[in-house]
Amino acid sequence: MSTTETTDPAVLLPEGLWHKLHRKPAARYWKDPQEVARKDGNNVGKTGQQQAQKANKRRLVEDSEDEEQVLSGKSDPFPGPAPIPEDRLQKFKRKDKTKTSRSQHYKLKDIITRSEETSEMAQKQAARLDLVLPEDAGFLEGDEDEDTCTISQEDIADSVDITSATKHFSLKLSQFGPYRVDYSNTGRQLLLGGRRGHVACIDWQTKHLMCEINVMESVNDVKWLHSEAMYAVAQKKCLYIYDSKGIELHCIRKFNDVLRMQFLPFHFLLVTASATSFLQYLDVSVGKEVSATCTKTGRLDVMCQNPHNAIVHLGHSNGTVTLWSPNQKEALAKMLCHQGAVRSVAVDKTGMYMVTSGMDKKMKVYDIRSFKPLKSYFLPAGASCLSLSQRGLLSAATGDIVQVYRDVWSTPVTKPYMAHRVQKAVWGMHFCPFEDVLGVGHGDGFTSLLVPGAGEPNFDGLGANPYRSAKQRQEWEVKALLEKIQPDLITLDPTELGRVDHATFEMKHQDRVQALGFDPLAKQKFVPRYKKKGRSSAGNHEKRKRKVAHEDLREDIQKTAEANVTTERERKEKKEVLLSGKRSALDRFKK
Amino acid sequence: MKVKVLSRNPDDYVRETKLDIQRVPRNYDPTLHPFEVSREYTRALNATKLERLFAKPFVTSLDGHRDGVNCMAKHTKTLSTLLSGSCDGEVKVWNLTKRECVRTLQAHEGFVRGMVVRFCGSSFFTVGDDKTIKQWKMEAPGYGEEEEPLNTILGKSVFTGLDHHQKDAVFATCGQQVDIWDEQRTSPIRSFTWGVDSFSAVRFNPVETELLASCASDRSVVLYDMRESTPLKKVIMTMRSNTLCWNPMEAYYFTCCNEDYNLYTYDMRFLDKPITVHMDHVSAALDVDYSPTGKEFVSASFDKTIRIFAKDGGHSRLVYHTKRMQHVICIKWSLDNKYILSGSDEMNIRLWKANAAEKLGVMSPREREAANYNQTLKEKFQHHPQVRRVARHRHLPKSLYHQTKELRVMKEARRRKEMNVRKHSKPESVPLLTEKEKHVVTVVK
Repeated sequence: MSTTETTDPAVLLPEGLWHKLHRKPAARYWKDPQEVARKDGNNVGKTGQQQAQKANKRRLVEDSEDEEQVLSGKSDPFPGPAPIPEDRLQKFKRKDKTKTSRSQHYKLKDIITRSEETSEMAQKQAARLDLVLPEDAGFLEGDEDEDTCTISQEDIADSVDITSATKHFSLKLSQFGPYRVDYSNTGRQLLLGGRRGHVACIDWQTKHLMCEINVMESVNDVKWLHSEAMYAVAQKKCLYIYDSKGIELHCIRKFNDVLRMQFLPFHFLLVTASATSFLQYLDVSVGKEVSATCTKTGRLDVMCQNPHNAIVHLGHSNGTVTLWSPNQKEALAKMLCHQGAVRSVAVDKTGMYMVTSGMDKKMKVYDIRSFKPLKSYFLPAGASCLSLSQRGLLSAATGDIVQVYRDVWSTPVTKPYMAHRVQKAVWGMHFCPFEDVLGVGHGDGFTSLLVPGAGEPNFDGLGANPYRSAKQRQEWEVKALLEKIQPDLITLDPTELGRVDHATFEMKHQDRVQALGFDPLAKQKFVPRYKKKGRSSAGNHEKRKRKVAHEDLREDIQKTAEANVTTERERKEKKEVLLSGKRSALDRFKK
Repeated sequence: MKVKVLSRNPDDYVRETKLDIQRVPRNYDPTLHPFEVSREYTRALNATKLERLFAKPFVTSLDGHRDGVNCMAKHTKTLSTLLSGSCDGEVKVWNLTKRECVRTLQAHEGFVRGMVVRFCGSSFFTVGDDKTIKQWKMEAPGYGEEEEPLNTILGKSVFTGLDHHQKDAVFATCGQQVDIWDEQRTSPIRSFTWGVDSFSAVRFNPVETELLASCASDRSVVLYDMRESTPLKKVIMTMRSNTLCWNPMEAYYFTCCNEDYNLYTYDMRFLDKPITVHMDHVSAALDVDYSPTGKEFVSASFDKTIRIFAKDGGHSRLVYHTKRMQHVICIKWSLDNKYILSGSDEMNIRLWKANAAEKLGVMSPREREAANYNQTLKEKFQHHPQVRRVARHRHLPKSLYHQTKELRVMKEARRRKEMNVRKHSKPESVPLLTEKEKHVVTVVK
């Protein structure tokens, strides 16, 4: 211990400042009493103190490294990293392990193992983060022998907190109904479109009316575009785009008689289905029509998108559902789903299941990866409107009754999860993203229902963030526009782009031709040299050509003849061996 | 009845004051992030396009020489110092950070043929057309002092090149023969000849420090061991090599630049055929220098371009050219692996970035992170046709473009002719040679 430290910086500083800079931690009972005593002594130089601290730290580090020797003598009851539940790991799994074959190049093997290590680490980290997500999903449980479908909205609203209770409300708009409904992708804004021309957008949580207009024309459908700044309205004649203040931005005459619309947020495509059986794609970032297809199937008033692969599903009056992409003039798939007309279609978030309802009063669930039916339900009145929530709840509207079902694809359902009667027939339904709310548009206005367990509890701040500020929205918009996926990347399997494309021989050959500048396999056409003195007459020309052709032919014949001879010889040898009967044990390895 | 409805407290998701940064809760659930491959692909394509957009490699031009720049030397100890010698015998010392000439001295009459900085960085050697070798102090003479060489050796013939040993006070010159000199003596301690009368370059191996290689006018590259009295072996090629450079990391490889527009990387143990033939120049390659990491090298050519090759890449990764740059005589890769220096006929030294799209200066952590992410994406999607097309596209001057095309036509004609000859001669009398085998005539030991 050095008591004669002359170069102590504390000497140079005023006392108060010294204390401020180097505030001593309060004495703790778990600390070594000797240490405390040593630190208390004012005569300890700063360097000496630091050394002591460093040594202490080093000891701690050593202790933590060597788990076997804890001071108390106990061993760590949870050695190693914390285990991760298998289902969480499975959730973040992207692909199976690549099989390594012995013939692979060592460099390739190295690359594969390294990339697999990184992806495994990412998977584990994501799974760990999944354990600590802040919010839990909602739920509704009845008492014993109480059906959850008998619980009324009022009861639910009474028993939840005030902010949630305000999410159950009704708008009485009997003048211009019935209403179509759409929530923005963050779930904050609500867009209402009345059949008789009333269009309103509302920040529905604060009940703040953003704009309200009457377009003085019948309105078929309304849809938010990529953000809450713009929305599209399908009016009687053509398609209009308004901003959030209700100012008309565009009138797109090319899109006429539109009945239903879908917006593909990652592609910035507005998809419209018209009464004249046209399916059109509008790129809203550049304002150009990407494709227009005549489906030749009559009036298109049933439409939905597959959020997993951006394929558009159309329902038709002959009971079929067709799948469309903008890159193909024909349907990607046609499925005969119902005996009567299809009334409504919905696809779940993972892109695995499709739910359809038809005039034959049936509701069917399909696996759309294999195009196979999974379940079929009979609804006495048939469902006019279907909607799927983020967590897989299905709402079906039969007349003026809204029913919500749970787990329609995994277990056979007998009873609805919830039910509610609205005033008049339902016209449009939409689950609010990231909220336990179902918006129902009907003949008498709009009703917002509380459906516990519908919404995804944890949103991603860089995606659709309900709490984003104006600045964050702007930044998100720029990023999203930069990452706009080109419409030609829409395919049934969205991961196809990440797979190895095994080029066919023709493709490889084409690449080679392009790289080399000539075709290495091409047979050169023989052009006889021009000769003077009449020796290049047409007859002579032809004769010389034929000579070369004969030569080529001879070469080919020679080759095949040689091949024949060798095979014949081999065959004979084999026969001889068989006849001689002298078969050795090693003969079976001979070719 | 038990019920729970989602009800978030906005305080958990919104920043408290304007001075805080925004809160960004994350959820990596794959269903919340659809189209991940397509989006990554789009990002990769954008990153590749941006790389081409920001590819502005030219940094500065140093002018001051009154004749073409004939040779350059890197300072072994300071990054910011460069020495250059011109065709009128003038040597200039440059400060690269200030982009100015700090010292000028008239070293020789006629060309300065070679220049090298001693490993300690305290002095440098020059050779010139006036048959002298001069040693100069690195510091400029004080006020009133004469600019005089420390040492002058008068040789018998013209010297064409010079290199210094890595550790010892020994250097090598070439001219009519390859000479090894002790710094303290005025006559060579060893001379090598092998039936040729002219050598154009000599280089010490950076790792096996007693080994050296030289390019001779009989189209050969000769290897020597300083401790032995005779050369080790030589490889004779179809055309003459101008200079060569050892790979500083894998020092058994060296690359020589040839008059037949190509560069050849050889393994010194197996000289019978080159490891790689680097093609792309459309005129004779004049000089070559390796990056200090040994992964890439840069070559200067008579076709007024500089090309950067990967050490095992048959074609160049980058090509640099400007309207004003004439035949590039000498080239150096800076020791911090960031810059390339080229000296050309029209009296200028140019400073280029080694990585054309790299941002100079300090980067913020977020910027660095984004750059790293983009780099990974580019690597991941590099084989996709669209990405590859953008990454490979280079704009070339019209004349160069047409010359490239012409060369391709000539090559194709040669190939066709050879094919016809083979067709009309006895089978196997005209052997099928690979590109690597074509250019080597023989190896002599």
